[in-house]
Amino acid sequence: MSDVQNAVERIQAQFPDAIREVVEFRGETTLVVDKGSLVEICTFARDTEGLDFDRLSDQAGLDYWPEEPRFAVSYELYSLQNGTDLRIKVYTPGDDPELPTLSGVWPTANWMEREIWDMFGITFTGHPDLRRILLPHDWTGHPLRKDYPLGYEEVQFSFNVERIDDQKPYAKE
Amino acid sequence: MGLTERDLINVTDIDTDRQTVETTLEELRGVVSDRAYSGDTMLLNMGPQHPSTHGVLRLLLELDGETVVNVVPVIGYLHTGIEKNMEAKTYVKALVMTDRLDYLNPMGNNLAYSLAIEKLMEVEVPERAQIARVLLAELTRINSHLVWLGTHGLDVGAMSVFLYCFREREFLLDIFEMVSGQRMMSSYFRPGGLWRDVPEEFYDTVEEFLNYFPPKIDDYERLLTNNPIFLERTQGVGVLPPDEGIAWGASGGTLRGSGVNWDIRKAHPYSGYETYDFDVPLGEHGDVYSRYQVRIEEMRQSVRIAWQALERLKKAKGPFISDDRKVVPPPRSELGRSMEAVIHHFKLWTEGFNAPKGEVYVRVESPRGELGVLLSGDGGPKPHRVRWRQPSFSNLQALPVMARGHLVADMVAILASIDIVLGDIDR
Repeated sequence: MSDVQNAVERIQAQFPDAIREVVEFRGETTLVVDKGSLVEICTFARDTEGLDFDRLSDQAGLDYWPEEPRFAVSYELYSLQNGTDLRIKVYTPGDDPELPTLSGVWPTANWMEREIWDMFGITFTGHPDLRRILLPHDWTGHPLRKDYPLGYEEVQFSFNVERIDDQKPYAKE
Repeated sequence: MGLTERDLINVTDIDTDRQTVETTLEELRGVVSDRAYSGDTMLLNMGPQHPSTHGVLRLLLELDGETVVNVVPVIGYLHTGIEKNMEAKTYVKALVMTDRLDYLNPMGNNLAYSLAIEKLMEVEVPERAQIARVLLAELTRINSHLVWLGTHGLDVGAMSVFLYCFREREFLLDIFEMVSGQRMMSSYFRPGGLWRDVPEEFYDTVEEFLNYFPPKIDDYERLLTNNPIFLERTQGVGVLPPDEGIAWGASGGTLRGSGVNWDIRKAHPYSGYETYDFDVPLGEHGDVYSRYQVRIEEMRQSVRIAWQALERLKKAKGPFISDDRKVVPPPRSELGRSMEAVIHHFKLWTEGFNAPKGEVYVRVESPRGELGVLLSGDGGPKPHRVRWRQPSFSNLQALPVMARGHLVADMVAILASIDIVLGDIDR
């Protein structure tokens, strides 16, 4: 725990105005930062002696609709040498959400950012190859947003057999 | 360019085809090298339906003759929207969906999710449940490695290993069925402990398996480890340098094959792993053969942990699930005697427990690597966001690093050694 506190203090000392908040919950520390200094903070965390966050464990998108700022991306940093965990969270507003890419800092962020683009619609500026990864390339919409419906298939009973049959995509003659 | 000129032969017939091909080729402009556009290298689809791709994975190979210049994995053919689906269900109902992520490690997924809920809701798990969790997680690890070994052997050409591994697996699936009623999608670990206590015949069956299995690992080693054909196909193939492995987010056997000593069971023990005695095998060269050796040894270490867990389980008395009634439903026998039990039962079955606002990240060691869950609660009964950090997703991302410059046949061997499961990747 003291390693994490040490890391947080050093990052706060280096970037005093970029850190919005430090949250501690269930033994985990989250740094909420400004998106402008995200790349610098992550490079600092990776390269500094004593912090050594050489691994990006996970990058997740979150949707807090209808609160603003709507989207957040949470980065789980991990140091293999020290065994410390740190979470960095960045918020971005709902209209035209955009964040700088971290694929230059950790190559593993490449596909993770593609997935967040696919599922949430958050653009990552500077990403070498921002295409859809899990959904077909011609899909419209971003499914993991809260205003995207879950969707389901209506059960075909005898009273609605024709209506559902009309909607089914049978092969054309 | 070369594509358009050839198409002038029969424009009307293949007009629509050219449209589709050109669109997709344009999309790949930053991804495949320029040699593909001039026709210098060939783009070959190792399509989603392929016996060697371990599921529905499409590999777009850029080939110069037989050598792979670049490989672009295209995923998403097994995407079932589990993460979105879990947001629409209460926490315990969503647990059933977790089996279906990495379908060769269903109990491991349950474990990760249950640990995340327990961390979020601050629920203590009794000792008996923790021991049973470790035992079954290790049996699941052996189960997954058997499938890996069988399919790996099959890809490389050793077809008899496949059926031997699956024969052993039947034994394990019988154990899972005895414990949870299901061979594969067990949903046995619940938040707070286990679904029900292990039955009487469990101890003898597991002991019989643990006595029967180690000679079988020796049999597989006798077939493969010093086999000259296997050595030729796997040594020196698909080397992943350790720093690249870490940077690309690889984990599990893929990373340990390169010599990086990182096992979450040792680094961040959960469920009592720090009290068990086991070693973490490491590979030396980072090639396919090292990863093979690492996983074979992991099977032996899993048997070792399972023995210790079984001995402890026989002696451990106590409840198999927590008695925190805010999270764990009361047993049916209590409902006839206690009003509070009925009220708790009603609340848990109609609305479910409410999780506090906040996020937790829990990581476990799945047979493939670091399986992580980011669970975000919003004060309601349904999870706000369940993000699954799946090991095969990042391991597959490192495939181009390992496969460039090798032949197509080597690429099949490399893909088998990464041990991917498409349910993991696509969710």
